[in-house]
Order: sequence, then C-alpha cells, then structure tokens
Amino acid sequence: MSGLLFTEAEWDFATLDRVYKAIEEIALDEFKLDVYPNQIEVISSEQMLDAYSSLAMPLMYNHWSFGKLFAREETLYRGGYTALAYEIVINSSPCISYLLEENTMTMQALVIAHAAFGHNHFFKNNYLFRQWTNAEGILDYLAFAKGYVAACEERYGRDEVEAILDSAHALMDQGVFRYSRPPRPSRERTLEKHRKRRQYEEDAYSELWRTLPAGIAAPAAPPIPDPEDEGDDMKLPEENLLYFFEKHSPGLRGWQREILRIVRTLAQYFYPQKQTKVMNEGCATFVHHAIMNRLFDKGLIGEGALLEFLHSHTSVVYQPEFDDRRYNGINPYALGYGMMADIKRICEDPTDEDRDWFPAFAGNADYMSVLKDAWANYRDESFIEQFLSPKVMRDLRLFALHDRAADPAYSVSAIHNEGGYRALRTTLARQYDVGIAEPNIQVVDADLQGDRSLMLHHHMHRGVPLHEQTKNHMLAHVERLWGHEVGLEEIEAEE
Amino acid sequence: MNHFIDRRLNPKGKSLANRQRFLRRARAQIRDAVQRSLKDAAVADIDKDRKIKISTKGTREPRFRLDRQQGGEHDFVLPGNKEFVPGDEIRKPKSGDGGQKGKQAADYAEGDDDFEFTMTQEEILDIFFEDLELPNLVRTTLKETPSRAWKRAGITTAGSPTQINLVRTMRNSFGRRLALKRPSVADVERLQAELDELEREEPQTENTRGRIVALKEKLARAEAKRKWVAFVDPLDVRFNAFSEQPVPTSQAVMFCLMDVSGSMGEREKDLAKRFYMLLHLFLKRRYEKVDIVFIRHTHDAQEVDEQEFFYSRQSGGTIVSTALEKMLEIQRERYATADWNIYAAQASDGYTQSGDARRCVEMLNGEIMPLCQYYAYIEILDEREMEVFASEDSGAELWRAYRTVAEGWPNFATKRISKPADIFPVFRELFRKSETVS
Repeated sequence: MSGLLFTEAEWDFATLDRVYKAIEEIALDEFKLDVYPNQIEVISSEQMLDAYSSLAMPLMYNHWSFGKLFAREETLYRGGYTALAYEIVINSSPCISYLLEENTMTMQALVIAHAAFGHNHFFKNNYLFRQWTNAEGILDYLAFAKGYVAACEERYGRDEVEAILDSAHALMDQGVFRYSRPPRPSRERTLEKHRKRRQYEEDAYSELWRTLPAGIAAPAAPPIPDPEDEGDDMKLPEENLLYFFEKHSPGLRGWQREILRIVRTLAQYFYPQKQTKVMNEGCATFVHHAIMNRLFDKGLIGEGALLEFLHSHTSVVYQPEFDDRRYNGINPYALGYGMMADIKRICEDPTDEDRDWFPAFAGNADYMSVLKDAWANYRDESFIEQFLSPKVMRDLRLFALHDRAADPAYSVSAIHNEGGYRALRTTLARQYDVGIAEPNIQVVDADLQGDRSLMLHHHMHRGVPLHEQTKNHMLAHVERLWGHEVGLEEIEAEE
Repeated sequence: MNHFIDRRLNPKGKSLANRQRFLRRARAQIRDAVQRSLKDAAVADIDKDRKIKISTKGTREPRFRLDRQQGGEHDFVLPGNKEFVPGDEIRKPKSGDGGQKGKQAADYAEGDDDFEFTMTQEEILDIFFEDLELPNLVRTTLKETPSRAWKRAGITTAGSPTQINLVRTMRNSFGRRLALKRPSVADVERLQAELDELEREEPQTENTRGRIVALKEKLARAEAKRKWVAFVDPLDVRFNAFSEQPVPTSQAVMFCLMDVSGSMGEREKDLAKRFYMLLHLFLKRRYEKVDIVFIRHTHDAQEVDEQEFFYSRQSGGTIVSTALEKMLEIQRERYATADWNIYAAQASDGYTQSGDARRCVEMLNGEIMPLCQYYAYIEILDEREMEVFASEDSGAELWRAYRTVAEGWPNFATKRISKPADIFPVFRELFRKSETVS
C-alpha cells in the first residue's frame, strides 16, 4: 500500500481531513507553531467574490462601496483578467480560512498549510496583532456593527447613513491610533449605554407632545454622562480624526458617533495587516513551503503533487523586474519569502559575509526559533531594517532611486553593492513605514467658543504635498463630519 | 471532520444588498451609460447582460494621499537592476506614460477614470424604463367600474356539491371517527372471523357457546355503532368558498400599425421595426397581461403575427384608413373597452393616397380616439426630409392632417424620426410619465 494521502486531483472531505491531520502534525509537533483553533470553510467562486468585496470579512454592514468593489471584481474575474485568490484567512479565533472549491487537492493542501497554519501562527504571535486586535471579539463586533448600521438605516433613512459612512470611510486611514492604545469601553458597555438611552426615550414618551404645534420640540433627553468624557479636554493635537469627530464634533448625533466608532474600530483592526504585508505573506509562504516539502519527505504526497505545488509556489514568489509589463510594486510574497528562506540559509550554512552582517544568529542551529522571534516581534519596516541580507538584495537586484519632484530625472542613489547595501536597506525599510507612506494629518485647533472652525495640519515629510484634487474632495467629507468650516494647512515638518 | 465546513450551499447573493446600494448611488451615471450603450446597439440585444462603463463621479472614494510629483523629494527601491550604478540619472516618464510607475500610482489609484462593470438585463431594463409609464394606465375604469373576478375566500360549511373540499371533509371525518371510536371494517371482519372459527369448533363446550354469545353481542354492537357513527357525516363536509372581488384592469392591448407598402424602404422599415420592438419589450415588462395586435397595411390591411409583421414584404399602394378600420374591427370583436386599456402606435413614411388622410382624421376623431388611452404616430423620414421639415408645422399630407387631430386630443402624439439614434429619445418622450395628458 502506498502511503500517499491522495493521488487524484479531485478532493473530498475525507481526504481534506486526512491531509489536515498530517499537516497539523508537522506544523504543531515538528515546527512547534502556535495557532488559534482552525475553522476551514469551503466556498464557491461567487462566495469568494462576496468575501473579497466586504473587506475579506465573513460579515459586514451594507454599503455601496462594497457593491462597487464586487462589480469590479466580478467583471475582472468573469472576463478572465484576474484569477481568484486560492484562499482568504481571517484574523479571528477560531481562525477562519476559506478554501475555493475549484482548487485541486494539492492546492487545498497548500492552502491549508499556508492559511490555517502560516497566517494563523502569525496572527496569534505577532506583537501588533496581539496588542491591537481582538481575535476573539471581532466576529461578534462585526455582527453588532451590521445590525447597528441596518437599524440606523431603518430609523434614519439610507441616505443619512450612507452619507456618514462615506465620510467615515474616506477618513479611515486617519482613523487609527498609531502610537497609543485608546481607552476602549467594552462592547457590553456600549450596548448598555444604548439600551439605557432607548429606554429613557420610551419612558419619557408622551402622547401629549404630539399635540404641540410644530416648532416646539419635546424636551430633549438629558445627556447620559459618559465616564470617559468627564473632564476631557480635546487633548490636541489629535492624529485620529475619526476618534476626534466621534468625541468632539459639535453637530453629530449619537448614532452617527457610533458609526464613526464602528469604522475606526475596523480601521484599527486592519492597521496591523497594513504594516505586516511582507512578513505576513512571507511567514505563510515559508510555512507552506516547509510543510509541503516535509509531506513529500515523509512519503505522504507524490511527485506529481510536489511539482504542482512547486509550480504554484514559484509563480507566487515571482518578482517581475521594474521594467517588466507585469511589474506592480515589490511582491510581498517574494520579498518576505526570500528574506525568510535566507534567514534559514544563514542559520544553516552561513558565509563570512553573513557572519559579518548577522553575528547574532549566523550559524544558529535552530533557524525556526530565529524566525519565530522575527514573526513575533517585528513589523515590515523593522524586519527589513534588521534582517534584509546582502544576498537577498543581490538576488532581487535592488536599487534605490532618489526623486526630487522638481528634477526632470531620478538619480540612482544606491545599488546592490558593498557601498550600497546599508543605504538600500534603510530606504526599503522606510518605504514600508506606513507613517511615511501615508500623509500625517492632525487636528491642531478647534475654535469651539468662536466660529467653530477647525484647523488641520498636514505635516509634510520631506516636502511632499497632498494631492490637490483629492484634498478638496476630502475637505468636503471632513466638513460634513465637523459641521463647520475646516481649514487644512500643509506645513514643513522639521526633520 | 470537525475542522471543515461546507459553505457552498449557503444562500447566494450575499452582496446583493450592496449591489443595489451601489446601483442606486451611481444612478445618474448608470442611466447615461445605459442610454449611450443602447443607442448604438441592435434593439434585439436589449435584453442581454452587458458591460457598462460609468464615470466614477458620484462613486468616488477619496482618501488623503500624497502627490510626489508635485513637490518634495523621496527615495524608493525597485527590483531588477541591470546596468545602473550610483549617480546615474534616469529620465522620468511623462505622466500618462505606461512603463515604470514607481510606487505612487499604486496608492489608491483613483481619479476620473471610468469604471466598468457588468449589468444584468433586468437592471438595465429597469433603468431604461425607469420613469417611463404608459400614460393613463390608471384609467377611469379603475376608479369607477372595476371588473370583478371570483377569488378564493377560504372554506365554508355550505355550498354546492361541486365545490366540496375533499381533503378538509375527509380530515374532519377521520377525526370524528377516531374520537367516537367507530369500529373499522377490519375490526368487524376480525370479530366475524373469530366467531366463524368458534362456530366450526367440534364438539362445542359450554365455554365455547358462552364465548359465541358474547362475540355475537359484540359484533352486533360494532355493526350498530358503525351505523350510527356515519363514515362521512354532514357535519364533516366542507366547501371551497369563493367571493366576487373587484380587480383593476391591468391588461392592455397594443395595436401596432405599420405601412409596409413599396414607399416604405428597407431603412424606414428597419426604423419602424426598432420602434415596435422596443414598445413590445416595454409592454411585456410593464403589464401583467398585454396583448399585441400587429396590423400591416398597403392598400389593404391584414392582421399578422409578429414574424410576418417585421420580416415579410408586400407590394401595393398606400391607404392608411384601411388599417384603422381593421383595428376598429378587431377591437370590437375581441377587446371590450371595459376590460382593456387600448393603445395604438402607428408608423408610416407619411405618404397616403390623396384624400385618404381626411378619412383617417374623421375616423380618429369620431371613433378611435374616444376608445384609446393613447395613440402614437411615428413618421419616419430620411435625414434630408428631416431638415426640410424642421418645423413641426410643415410636412406631408398625413402629418398635417394628424396635427389637427393632435390639437383636439391630448392623448394623441406625433413624432418624427430619421435615424436609429432618434428612437430612444422619441420613445421616452412619447411615453414619459406625463401630467399633461389627462
């Protein structure tokens, strides 16, 4: 009897289960990965499109922008311009991975290794995810958000809700705390607060008020004091615009503030993913590569499956060159996997150069512990700054350009040679710093006593201004949230 | 198997709500795009899914973003160096140039680009017909003398035998028999069989005789009970009830009249065809029940089927009034005004035998217009003629004659078309929701 787990391309649930167990054994017992419990769901291509278009979350409130995204993806997919992802994985506990039903058995195995163990380990261990996201609570929170938005649409009309969501979405990038974790009341407390308010409105309702002539309003409910707000000045400057409007915008109503909170909670939830694209994909790719090879070594998958896997793997980590038509930025899979595979090489088979550059772990017998430490304690920027080796730079033939907007030409500032490695590495690391890649906009002044105008500052990094046209569209959104005039000044940040 | 969940059978269309919100949001742009896309397409293609390209105005999703082309400086890294050494200069590509995009273009590619996606036939037609409505659908009969129809109205205890509801009746009967413990045929047969057996027994002991008597008594009781607990009692019987209810007249008949004589060339016929096909589609969508009558005429009118109407040829002179006569005849036979909303659309090149136009006007004024909810006359001209007859007031004999009818009847409309692109605007104008037509 051959020991192969499967020989056919077709998959079924019994085979999936056997393969899952074999992979789990390797991942947990041999590599000692630390993962959330897995929940793996098989979905059809249409459901995959659904998932795409709702920020890759299993449930989401309704908004037209998700419909737009779906329409775009569907057209591209049906037209044959893009293929669907093989999988989607959600940072939740249990960790939900979606497998596409069209995958072959080999691909399902690859995807299980990639998502259910690679990404899952990263989600559970990386410090950003541990600090900033609540894997246990996210699905409940989304259920709450979906219900809340639907209830608001019912009560206040679709247009009203759409307007506030539009503005909130526009400011999503400015809706995160980058440095300090905000005080957050629990969901229960939020709900309790709402229940109380509703209760008050119902208790205080009197038929008599309806008989008053128009223009005389019923007495408004007294504000329920929020313990968080007590003695709260605005603590300016504030970088989290959504938080600022939620707490201090004079014109917003309670439910609008709650919607801002929902959107910024989501933004905060996704913020770590933005900062760890390279590491996250690198980790998952490295793990699936290791696991699939182990499966083959143990005689559990055949050569056909191995070749199919390698074919897929190499296309995933392919990096087109900058002048290639297919070039679309640096491929996070290629960079992440390349660096991690190189860490393994440095541990197992270091050269003199490696010993020079990475004295801390060159020749370390246990490469897995080095990688796990990196997965747990770094984000893209710091990971690249710390671990990008000269060999990877040579392999990718990286070079750095200096761009002054005023000049008609770029100048090459560093290439993959002895004199350029360090500069190249720092430049690349900077490129992955979201603090630099995204505009730094802060609320600096709100004139609550006077004309209630609001002043924003854009701290320019090295003189790069905001895109003029979108800036104007954006100011309209900001003014909607603030309710009064808003000014935006771009100021040169001191380096 | 506890790790896996098969979601494939979950309900589809999870994002339908989002799609509707999107279509609603982009309504204005989509409407323009649909009009544009349909204008140049063959009408027969109208009920197909099609790709729609809309401008992103209205569905913009702006974010604050940096414009590195406008000012400042930055460094970035690219892969795939072949010959560069530090200090080399590379000319920047002109904006809009493909090729090397650097990083900035990858940031939220957003601007005034067109956005392309596929709309289903349903969605397209909804948009196209959005604010079109055949005028006067809510006709007087709706308010005054609605027609009546028998509708189901539950179950009653009295009625005619033909309306008996067997299921309900038998259900009641069964329940009653169970409750009153009516012996079944099988019960009786079993007792009888037992009795027969005892009677055949030789020799009969005292005991046996005693049992026979007891059994006979039991059997008699069972038989009696079967008599007084009837199998179906009048109490059980139920009837289907019907009541007469008013129903609004939502059925319409559309008379399509067309001149197919020699003076109507290929082009004219094609234009008329497109107009009717559109009408046809429109009617099919708008009404629960729509009859369409096709009448073609030369010097003589005939009722034909759709295929004949659009695709067959005939030669002869042109007498428009024959078609009107035919229409009246069919209306009298099959479409009583109490039950039907009557609409008519006529397409012609405007030529008719001299003197016939006057007869047409008489018929219209005297007989047809009082019956019709709406009468549309489409005159198909070539583009040269269109220039000559730029004014609504000038035109061929039929046109001038029909203008007088239009003055007297607000629900009579005349329009001219000369090229395919004219059809849609004219169509919309003719059938737009109109307050002026009373």
